[in-house]
Amino acid sequence: MNKVMSNKWMITLYILPALLLLLILIYIPLVLSAYYGLMEWDGIGNMKFIGVGNFITAIQDMKFWSSVYHSFLLALFSALSLLAYLGISLILASNIKGSDILRKIYLIPMLLSSVAIAQLWIKVYNPTNGLLNSFLMAIGIDNPPAWLAEPSIVLYAIFIPILWQYAGFYILIYYAALKNIPESLVEAARIDGASPWQVAFKIKLPLIKGVFKVTIVLAIVGSLKYFDLIYVMTGGGPNGASEVMASYMYKVAFRSYDFGYGSAIGFLLLVITLIVTFIVRKLTVSDEKELQY
Amino acid sequence: MKKLKALSLLLALTLFLAGCGSSNSEVEKDTASSGGTKTIKFMHLWPEGTNAAQNKILNEIIDDFERENPGIKIEQEILANEQYKDKIKVLSASNQLPDVGMAWPGGWLQPYVQGNKIASFDDVIDSDYRSKFVDGTIEVFEVDGKTYGLPTDLNIAIVYYNKQIFEQNGLEVPTTYDEFLNVIQTLTNNGITPIALGNQERWTGSLWYMYLADRIGGNETIVNAVNRKQSFEDPTLIQAAEEIQKLVDLGAFQKGYNGATNSEAESLFTSGQAAMYLTGTWALPSFTQGENFTQEFKDSVDYFKFPTVAGGKGNINSFVGGNGGLFVAENSDVKEEAKRFVKYFTEKFGERALGEAGIIPSYKLNADDYDLPELYLKVLKDLNDASNITLFADNIMTPGPAQVHLDMIQALFGKEATPEEFVKAHEEALAKEAGE
Repeated sequence: MNKVMSNKWMITLYILPALLLLLILIYIPLVLSAYYGLMEWDGIGNMKFIGVGNFITAIQDMKFWSSVYHSFLLALFSALSLLAYLGISLILASNIKGSDILRKIYLIPMLLSSVAIAQLWIKVYNPTNGLLNSFLMAIGIDNPPAWLAEPSIVLYAIFIPILWQYAGFYILIYYAALKNIPESLVEAARIDGASPWQVAFKIKLPLIKGVFKVTIVLAIVGSLKYFDLIYVMTGGGPNGASEVMASYMYKVAFRSYDFGYGSAIGFLLLVITLIVTFIVRKLTVSDEKELQY
Repeated sequence: MKKLKALSLLLALTLFLAGCGSSNSEVEKDTASSGGTKTIKFMHLWPEGTNAAQNKILNEIIDDFERENPGIKIEQEILANEQYKDKIKVLSASNQLPDVGMAWPGGWLQPYVQGNKIASFDDVIDSDYRSKFVDGTIEVFEVDGKTYGLPTDLNIAIVYYNKQIFEQNGLEVPTTYDEFLNVIQTLTNNGITPIALGNQERWTGSLWYMYLADRIGGNETIVNAVNRKQSFEDPTLIQAAEEIQKLVDLGAFQKGYNGATNSEAESLFTSGQAAMYLTGTWALPSFTQGENFTQEFKDSVDYFKFPTVAGGKGNINSFVGGNGGLFVAENSDVKEEAKRFVKYFTEKFGERALGEAGIIPSYKLNADDYDLPELYLKVLKDLNDASNITLFADNIMTPGPAQVHLDMIQALFGKEATPEEFVKAHEEALAKEAGE
């Protein structure tokens, strides 16, 4: 086996399929989208080279910047929600009664397709017949808002199902990490007289720090390029109040038939995501040898 | 390069739509051997599940055509509306358009014609063919004097209302806008939602604006403004926008209309929770015969023409509407056969659509020949008397300005933009598109 693995040709052969797929599916389109970003192109007719014109348009485009702002808000909320998920997993992992069934309940949203979740929450948010407003009216709130129609509320209203959708995923990751902590460590701490709080904060959390960092990057990057629920539930509306970068890119490219500008936005989305990932990595780096991602 | 272009577009698309559930496209492959037979690829939007009647006629016409033209096979691919539009765009970038596909006039058509992607029908249609169709339904597919599509169905927008709610509140069908405002006032006073509107989709609110613009400024004004023969900042177009906001202030639309989908609005209306609903005649088959609605609703649904505005230039017999059609790809290997098929199909479809599927075709018909629900007869009669059909806004505008229009519609209904800002945004977008 060692002989095979030291043969350069064999190594090349083994990584080639994955490398080709990556190149064709990710890197070539990526370079091309940067290239199209320099063109004026409706996606149908001929392309015209306009240099950085599309990028200048983007910089001056208030709608683009408000979509960037909304994406960052989503990233912030996703990152903050991780703390809540961590708390839940700590409780679940401490062998309480019914933790098995609870874990499955938390995981269910992850098993649903985004469109199903969107349809479900559209019904929950229905201003007159929806579950939420019916409940609010039942407890005596006279005029509950129309959640998806109010420009000042819609973005936050839509964050809730997005966070809910991914809760199970992160809880599962934390749960698995916590279960991996050797029982002997916890046992030893207890014998030394550590309280449950101390066990959680001094033993368990430091041990899953690496996993936590990974999830922060996952949550932030995932939020910045988020698309599905927003596309189905509001289409970015009303009047751009819930537009994020990816939904704006889709709208420009496929609805306004401006593929050049759409590609430019796509490229900017990539650049922004890369920069943010880099910053998050820098902020969370420590001296210890740790999980690389 | 072309291949790469297509590939990356396709990827962009698949990546984006991957999250949107499984695609409901179905490909019906012909098992017949291709030896000597020519295959016409036909992409359309009428799946058996949701458009059973259309699908049945379509298959029968295709069977007839194949029988009369031995050696030609029609291969179908069926998609949903938005997916179809996206896929056609991606395919056209790689010159792989289906031989025959569905087309919409005006703004949708233009980029394809300018990109030289679709073929003109001038060599296959004659005055005899033209005379069989309602005036204007072929002409909407003309670009620079050439016809790039042949018409299939025809739709106009009408104000559906619930007779039962009107009777209970002692209301009469309004013919003037003042009467209409009165109806709204009475209904809101009695705690009933006057109008169901699903303005998340934006074209729904656009119908209201288009009608008001038509009734106040006449049918020429908005079309001329779009075609740059005059400014969009016309007093009548501002007034139409003001009227929209007055309706909003009156509480004419249900709560949360700006975030509601069209199907939510439709179910409000069909369940009797709203008194009126403005939409196209495409709703007629389900409103009269659909299995999803109660008999009580079917008995109480009726419609009226959009009322006239006092002092306005518009005529009550002018409608907002539009028709669909079929195109043939310019680089098709079977272009001649495909054109022949489209001509054959549109004529046969025109003859059979109303009687067998309840779809109003662009084809001239004699309403007396059909045994139809009363509502249909009324629509057909009104169509015969129609003085003008103003195309849907996203049909007269090219895609860029159309998106500005649709966004501004949401802003106008949400009172985030004043009527002046509304027309100004249109003017700027249209001027930019025209390169002024």
